Amino acid sequence: MLKRALALFLSCLSLMGTTSLGADGDDPSMGGGLTNLNMPKGVTEVSQVAYDVHMLMMWICTAIGVVVFGFMFYVMYAHRKSRGVEAANFHEHLGVEIAWTVVPALILIFMAIPATSALLKVYDTENADLDIKVTGYQWKWQYEHLGEGIKYMSEMRTSIDEIEGREPKGEHYLREVNQPLVIPVNKKVRFLITGNDVIHSWWVPDFGVKRDAVPGLFTAAWARVEEPGLYVGECTELCGKGHPFMPIVVEVKEEDDYNLWLAGKKEEAALYASTIGKQWSHEELMSKGEDVYKISCAGCHQADGNGISGIFPALNGSSIVQGPADGHIAVLINGIAGSSMQSFADQLSEVDIAAVIHYKRNTWDNSVGDIVQPIDVLNFKTAQ
Amino acid sequence: MSEEKYYVPEQSALPIFCATAMGVMAFGAASWVIEGGDAKIFLVGLALMTIVMYKWWSLVIEENMQGLASPQLKHSYVLGMLWFIFSEVMFFAAFFGALFYVRVFVNAWIGGEASVVLFDNTPTDAATANNDILWPGYERQWPVMETPDQAVNGEEAIFKGPDKNMSLPLWEYPASQWFSKLYTLLPWLPLWNTVILLSSSVTVHFAHTALKEGNRNVFLRYLGITVMLGFFFLCLQVAEYYEAYVHYGLTLQSGIYGTTFFMLTGFHGAHVTLGTGMLLIQLIRGLKGHFSHEDQFGFEAASWYWHFVDVVWLGLFIVVYIFG
Amino acid sequence: MAHGPAEGITRWLYTTNHKDIGTLYLWFSFAMFLTGGFFAMVIRAELFQPGVQLVQPEFFIQMTTMHGLVMVFGAIMPAFVGLANWMIPMMIGAPDMALPRMNNLSFWILPFAFAILISTLFMEGGGPNFGWTFYAPLSTTYAPDSVNYFIFAVHIMGASSIMGSINIIATVMNMRAPGMTYMKMPLFVWTWLITAFLLVAVMPVLAGAVTMMLMDINFGTSFFNAAGGGDPVLFQHVFWFFGHPEVYIIILPAFGVVSQIIPTFSRKPLFGYSSMVYATAAIAFLSFVVWAHHMFTVGMPIAGELYFMYATMLIAVPTGVKVFNWITTMYRGAITYETPMLFCIAFVILFTFGGFTGLMLSVAAADIQYHDTYFVVAHFHYVMVAGAVFSGTAAVYYWLPKWCGRMYDETMGKVQFWLAFIAFNITFMPQHFLGLAGMPRRYADYGLQFADWNMVSSVGAFLYGGAQILFLYNVVRTIMYGEPVKEAKVWEGAEGLEWLVPTPAPYHTFIRPPVVTSSAAGEDEWSISGATPHVAFKAAPGAG
Ligand code: HEA
Ligand code: HEA
Ligand code: HEC
Ligand code: CUA
Ligand SMILES: [Cu+2]
Repeated sequence: MLKRALALFLSCLSLMGTTSLGADGDDPSMGGGLTNLNMPKGVTEVSQVAYDVHMLMMWICTAIGVVVFGFMFYVMYAHRKSRGVEAANFHEHLGVEIAWTVVPALILIFMAIPATSALLKVYDTENADLDIKVTGYQWKWQYEHLGEGIKYMSEMRTSIDEIEGREPKGEHYLREVNQPLVIPVNKKVRFLITGNDVIHSWWVPDFGVKRDAVPGLFTAAWARVEEPGLYVGECTELCGKGHPFMPIVVEVKEEDDYNLWLAGKKEEAALYASTIGKQWSHEELMSKGEDVYKISCAGCHQADGNGISGIFPALNGSSIVQGPADGHIAVLINGIAGSSMQSFADQLSEVDIAAVIHYKRNTWDNSVGDIVQPIDVLNFKTAQ
Repeated sequence: MSEEKYYVPEQSALPIFCATAMGVMAFGAASWVIEGGDAKIFLVGLALMTIVMYKWWSLVIEENMQGLASPQLKHSYVLGMLWFIFSEVMFFAAFFGALFYVRVFVNAWIGGEASVVLFDNTPTDAATANNDILWPGYERQWPVMETPDQAVNGEEAIFKGPDKNMSLPLWEYPASQWFSKLYTLLPWLPLWNTVILLSSSVTVHFAHTALKEGNRNVFLRYLGITVMLGFFFLCLQVAEYYEAYVHYGLTLQSGIYGTTFFMLTGFHGAHVTLGTGMLLIQLIRGLKGHFSHEDQFGFEAASWYWHFVDVVWLGLFIVVYIFG
Repeated sequence: MAHGPAEGITRWLYTTNHKDIGTLYLWFSFAMFLTGGFFAMVIRAELFQPGVQLVQPEFFIQMTTMHGLVMVFGAIMPAFVGLANWMIPMMIGAPDMALPRMNNLSFWILPFAFAILISTLFMEGGGPNFGWTFYAPLSTTYAPDSVNYFIFAVHIMGASSIMGSINIIATVMNMRAPGMTYMKMPLFVWTWLITAFLLVAVMPVLAGAVTMMLMDINFGTSFFNAAGGGDPVLFQHVFWFFGHPEVYIIILPAFGVVSQIIPTFSRKPLFGYSSMVYATAAIAFLSFVVWAHHMFTVGMPIAGELYFMYATMLIAVPTGVKVFNWITTMYRGAITYETPMLFCIAFVILFTFGGFTGLMLSVAAADIQYHDTYFVVAHFHYVMVAGAVFSGTAAVYYWLPKWCGRMYDETMGKVQFWLAFIAFNITFMPQHFLGLAGMPRRYADYGLQFADWNMVSSVGAFLYGGAQILFLYNVVRTIMYGEPVKEAKVWEGAEGLEWLVPTPAPYHTFIRPPVVTSSAAGEDEWSISGATPHVAFKAAPGAG
């Protein structure tokens, strides 16, 4: 490790002077390398105008910097006392003072023009072909294809063992999810972004889309992606301890593939609805429940069910968990108001909820014994 | 400028005790508001603070009586007081600003209207979606009688709007009926409060003039009246809060309307209390014969504060009650 | 009154002397700087490699939050208040601060405030974990209980700042020596006057913001809750109405320091004195009307976004005037490179660099890509560390001989400078690249593509920490064993009242106010009567 650090350090010193900016497109290898210096150009109009104003601003600033610092270095060299110069005594000159007020102001006006037109692009959310509702949860995203009746949660797949170094980190460390957002290529997609609990921010650099997910209000953004593929983004507003662990993955498909996928999703939902009445066995529920628990609950209540004292209560030994099943279902369906214990009614299926409840009631030191079935959860929901 | 020396006080134990008191009060206040906490530590801090304040003011007054306070030093006090009042203005500005923002912008967005019209006045995507998807049924309104929460969750809502609001009914009547309806204003507390506070500003000014003319009795009388008026104001405010909580269903929890209403009037009330206290102290000092017609800084400071509180009320009266 | 300091600990506890209080502020702020720096070291150590190694993510964000809070409110602000306490009365010929007992109160609140703040780290549920910008509702509904301690700590900290600023305003407006007109005041005094005004204007707004939080958390109000008709974004508006002027509160006194030091070592009067004053005022004014440039991604209406973008860009004009004035002051001077000057030159270069990135951030369409990434972190460390911290360091080296009558070790000073300068750039330059490549801030862990630059940055940070230890050592060594200095005017090119009083500065400087007069040639002269014999010298340039 130390050796690598040293090598890096040396190469970085030599690099600083030589690498030119604009080395985007480099495939980030392990470690990312030191050539990954600039903003990606991205694949949408917005990301490209953002890139263009970024470069423009950078070059203007560089030019001003060269002039200003160039003059300064000259002064520092030429007017050293050690060269035997005598200090002059002037301290005012109206002409130059006006000049260096007016010239920067003109430069700024020049900058403001492209900056304005770029911003107008960003705000051009009208006339979209389809709408996606994006909801930030602690710490995952929910996507809803408005008008299609399809919604799903998207959670990080990287395991805690990789994060804590008990397993080697995979190639897509922190950049992989169980279910990416799927959108069609070359369609104007409007994202309506909101939050469920705290503020998150939905950022896909390649789309030039970054919008805060404010609970209770929508913000809008749009993208027309020109190339199919997988695009990765991140949550960029501090949202609690899981903030680095709620990546965004968007899969952009050709239109036909997208439609196929959509149809598949709908079929899946129909199939699910027809099987919900089935009686599940203890073992089935336990294994499903453990999976759900690990993904959805362990982040707060911890894998051992003991929580974190003062913030997240222990479920191991909790009276709610061990109490009547209905009380427990209620907590999951309604959440606990005013706390980060959110409602899972929209996030998890009835099967998942039943499974995780059953699991918690029969693991660690808890042993209630009875079986909670998906149909019980459904009944609870409809009774409300 | 004068050649006389600026009085730089000797060492003093007061400041650090004052800081300690503030520290204890801050810590105590926090442990008090936390669930299951109590006020013990806070009260200890408050007691210490009371002692320190008493000692500190006594010391300053004593120094003043000894003639240590040169005109220049007094000018420092004047500047101190004026800038302190400015900081208070900014504190209120935060709450007025919050009210403005919520009324003009947020209310419109949640109600599905775009409030800022620049290029065209169709609601923006986000605003429409707010109303269609997140808060269906909520209509833009002020005062907010039905909160967005209520519009969506009905009886289950946590934030429920009030049954009645506190705004002045004046504008609801057509001009012709204006006069005949005027009587409805009579039992109306905020209006009385405005009258009271405005007159108290006048009386405190009379007191000041009297003091400058060296007319001690008139000074004391007007100051006394001012303190009384301040006290009346507070009584009416208490009555109004009672009314709001008990008969109007308007509480701190009634959504943003209750929030802004109580926070603005509440902080104002707290400042009236402070101002009345300050004037009361000046009255006691006056009764003890502290003020000469040249030396009246303590009183002047209190009266400036009083005028400031008065101006804030005018602002409140206009935005909270009239255009409420 | 003409006697020296009291003996023992009560000298410090009960003091009303501006120099003692200045010293207290400076040591307190240095202690806080080390504490905040220590938190930064935890951050950088955790980010040395991807993965969760040293601290849990929950604790990491507490470190980030505390680092920001402690550095801004505990290190930088008190440091400049300390300098103000020491220097302003000496610079304007005042016997002391206008309200000396309140001055002591302002200081002693701080240790209590920070004791409360830092103690939250040890409370159940942990300390503040919502960033130094504490956005609701993460800081309200979802915060640990300790947030209440945070709120009240901010309250008393604010009270301290307000009292301190009122004191400075009253001193400058009321205590100037006869003949010391506003336009003859040294620039450090000017920048502080304007800073104090900013503080009195915005600290109460911060108090308002935390009060709203307190009510939302404990009393069921709905300022920041859309369900009740409020809006989480309201919090951001209130916060940044305070927060943006706050960053200029941090930098304006630094501008003042630089404007004192560069003329000294260029042996030439400050160029464009009056335009410096107007530029400072313009920056302060503009700082009130640009706050939402921190909120370009919250979904403001486009009209708001455009307005805040233009207003923000405008700040480059007065700031540019300052930069150009400094460079022109050096032009045709006779420059020497003592440690304070080195730090000031580095300040001009690195601050301007940070200003350039600031300007890039102000372009809303591009800020969509920069916002909440390490590009922003890099921007504000360039302006705050290479800006405020460098100029603070320069100020200490510059005035230390006057304060304690001993000279610091020049070689050690230079070594510290170069170490700090190089390490600083190794730490924060790569953060620009990280940000552009897409690394969000406040991340306890990151994808593998960011690993290399993070490692570089961490190495730089440790080196930079080392430079601070060297600084501490140099200062302590100077105070204890430094070479004694006798002459009043420690630096050859120095001008101003503070260089007329004996070295080390006597406990009480001006028992009788000095008098500023004009000589026959129209040049201003100062003369000091009273404690010290008559002296005369040229006044601030361009003045009158
Ligand atoms: C000392 C503190 C300080 C200073 C002085 C500045 C100065 C500036 N800042 Fe900075 N800023 C911060 C501290 C500071 N900032 C902090 C702490 C944050 C982050 C807060 C947080 O989120 O935690 C921040 C964040 C921040 C943002 C938000 C970024 C984001 O979160 O997305 C923006 C956006 O506009 C911005 C802009 C600017 C600008 C335009 C200036 C200008 O004042 C700079 C002007 C200077 C120059 C331009 C250089 C000199 C000029 C010339 C040589 C003249 C010629 C030049 C031209 C015509 C180009 N800053
Ligand atoms: C003026 C203010 C200031 C100063 C001086 C600094 C100084 C430093 N900051 Fe600063 N920083 C902020 C203000 C400041 N910062 C703010 C406002 C934020 C945003 C917070 C937020 O997101 O909410 C931030 C965030 C921030 C981050 C991003 C964290 C994140 O997003 O998760 C990082 C990461 O590298 C960082 C690093 C550093 C480093 C390495 C220094 C170095 O310069 C520090 C150097 C000093 C030392 C190292 C001290 C030396 C002492 C020792 C080494 C030993 C100490 C030990 C004991 C005394 C026991 N800072
Ligand atoms: C974002 C954090 C978070 C997640 C994820 C989370 N919880 Fe919770 N949970 C909490 C908090 C906080 C509380 C305490 C709420 C309170 O009482 O104020 C809580 C309380 C509970 C309780 C009541 C416990 C008691 O004894 O009071 C149960 C049961 C529970 N959670 C189950 C779950 C299940 C099952 C899941 C996953 C499907 C889950 N939680 C996911 C934060 C979380
Ligand atoms: Cu979600 Cu950060
Ligand atoms: Cu700003």
